Amino acid sequence: MADTAITGRAPATTAEIRRQGGILSAITSRLVILVPYLWLLIFFLIPFFIVFKISLSQTAVAMPPYTPVIGVSNFFSKIGELNFDNYVWLTDDPLYVNAYLRSLLIAAVSTFFTLLIGFPIAYGMARAPATLRPTLLMLVILPFWTSFLIRVYAWIGILKPEGLLNQLLLSLNIIDSPLIILNTDWAIYIGIVYSYLPFMILPLYSSLEKMDYTLVEAANDLGCPPLSAFWKITFPLALPGVVAGCLLVFIPAVGEFVIPDLLGGSETLMIGKTLWNEFNANRDWPVSSAVAIILLLLLVVPIMLFQHYQAKAQEAER
Amino acid sequence: MESLGSIRRSFAPWNDPAAKPYIVFDGVTKRFGDFTAVNNLSLSIYEREFFALLGASGCGKSTLLRMLAGFEEPTSGRILLDGQDLRGTPPYRRPVNMMFQSYALFPHMTVESNIAFGLKQDGMPKADIAARVAEMLKLVKLTQFAKRKPHQLSGGQRQRVALARSVAKRPKVLLLDEPLGALDKKLREETQFELMDLQQNLGLTFVVVTHDQEEAMTMADRIAILDKGEVMQVATPAEVYEAPGSRFVANFVGNVNMFEGKVASRSGDAVRITGSSGAEIKVVNAGNAAAGSTVAFAIRPEKIKVSSKKPPNGAGNAMEGEIYDIAYLGDMTVYHVKLGDGQIVRASAMNASRVSEDPLNWNDKAWISFAPDAGVVLAD
Repeated sequence: MADTAITGRAPATTAEIRRQGGILSAITSRLVILVPYLWLLIFFLIPFFIVFKISLSQTAVAMPPYTPVIGVSNFFSKIGELNFDNYVWLTDDPLYVNAYLRSLLIAAVSTFFTLLIGFPIAYGMARAPATLRPTLLMLVILPFWTSFLIRVYAWIGILKPEGLLNQLLLSLNIIDSPLIILNTDWAIYIGIVYSYLPFMILPLYSSLEKMDYTLVEAANDLGCPPLSAFWKITFPLALPGVVAGCLLVFIPAVGEFVIPDLLGGSETLMIGKTLWNEFNANRDWPVSSAVAIILLLLLVVPIMLFQHYQAKAQEAER
Repeated sequence: MESLGSIRRSFAPWNDPAAKPYIVFDGVTKRFGDFTAVNNLSLSIYEREFFALLGASGCGKSTLLRMLAGFEEPTSGRILLDGQDLRGTPPYRRPVNMMFQSYALFPHMTVESNIAFGLKQDGMPKADIAARVAEMLKLVKLTQFAKRKPHQLSGGQRQRVALARSVAKRPKVLLLDEPLGALDKKLREETQFELMDLQQNLGLTFVVVTHDQEEAMTMADRIAILDKGEVMQVATPAEVYEAPGSRFVANFVGNVNMFEGKVASRSGDAVRITGSSGAEIKVVNAGNAAAGSTVAFAIRPEKIKVSSKKPPNGAGNAMEGEIYDIAYLGDMTVYHVKLGDGQIVRASAMNASRVSEDPLNWNDKAWISFAPDAGVVLAD
């Protein structure tokens, strides 16, 4: 367009076309961004507000089992009836507070062990010959081909007192009497670590694979022994992968229901299980909605941390 | 005094029988599976020497450097540094530092911390580290970039950070793997001289790996030319160029014309070589070419004079041909002259004056001539 400015001619047709093309491409690029926002609106934000609405009502013998809540038609007449009683109830009863805390603890411990096991695996994969890596990746993803539920059920057969693990240990004379693992917290840890290991390995692998191994050689060359070089070079460079992996394991593990229900004991209190009981056994939809809202808020913090780290990592790459 | 090529300095411990080599490769072999990267190689490098390992890719030069750094162990043979066998000494305990081809700068550290990295490993006091880092930054002219991260620097700046980091610890030996490979031509030429100055000022032993012969010629005291894991020749740049030991070396370094033939007669150091077409070449520096043996006479293009008239008969050699190609390069002109037997000879002439006194054109009849000591006789 500079040429038109210099010569003072009327806008050339090519420039016109170019400008129109610019508008068109601007619209399409907006549309492309719109799709994920629409998706989030329909499948996350609207359901979230419905659940939030229910959490502000009270149980009732009705269908659905809660008092009618605010809508568009009765907005002004019902607004006074809204209250946060269910949230107050959650903080009053130590059962819920304990369930939240235990969920966070169990998720944190499991995440730690997943990282501990996942890092060497991811490192080994990243350092494996390039021809072998696709196969190794395939092996990590392979368990997803079987239903998650079936894989967790299989652990019952392995961990129960007369299960495969105890039979093996007994036949090898390592133990005299069967180990009680099933229906304890140990079984939950094993279940979570097993189920979520791929989610730890994949982001770790992707950041370790990108790393230039000559950096470690350079550190060695400058007088840094291998273990120290790991902490000074490899680990900091893998940190984006570590953070991503930990959050991918921690966030779903906090709300995990299937694993504690199938493998954990009856006294194991995790928030996912509590929510299920509240919803199905007690049919207290408002309280279970409140439980879900609090759980979501608890998880928003790590999710935002995750986004913060991702943004920072992207900035560093630029 | 007469000397081969041009001499840079009087440093030549390799000619002194009493001098002890600083780095010794003693019958070193390195195999990777079936592939022999380095084959029974022996080499001596002296203290304060600027030594270049020159060869095409895959000739084993990088493997040699990595063995010296400790990243690879020789399959057999010994590597001695200052009389000590390095076998079993891990890289982090060797008094050598390496400048990597990719620079291998730590991306999560600033320029400053990159340079300080090795010093911290040695447990140097904080104040001393700061002083040394400042000195290094000044040396490579990057003081105002101390707080930058590597990705915020240009290629040339990164190269200098890598250099500063590798010399910060004052290693006994600095290994440089294609140190200028990633720089553009102009920057590369500047940096070559900077590297030479640095090596002189710090008094270090430099071992540089390169595939760029010009780079090796410019910087090195001596060059080892490698091929398929073996040393073809170790000599000063001038010797490598003016007195190559074999056809391979003559061909590898610079441009060369080869006349294949047989030694017809020998008297003293002078020989007559007859080519397949019957042309005769008189040479006064025959080396050890015996009468009757098959040899090649190698001569550099700039040693050959091209003229339109037959040069006066004398002690020199002259052959008739036809101008086949002319390339005018500004500072010089390259002529391709086709001889009677079809061989094309490359001759170059410096354009010392702006006006050519003996202009030649394509397809003109022309004579090439050269002195009897202008080339070398090669048996290998």
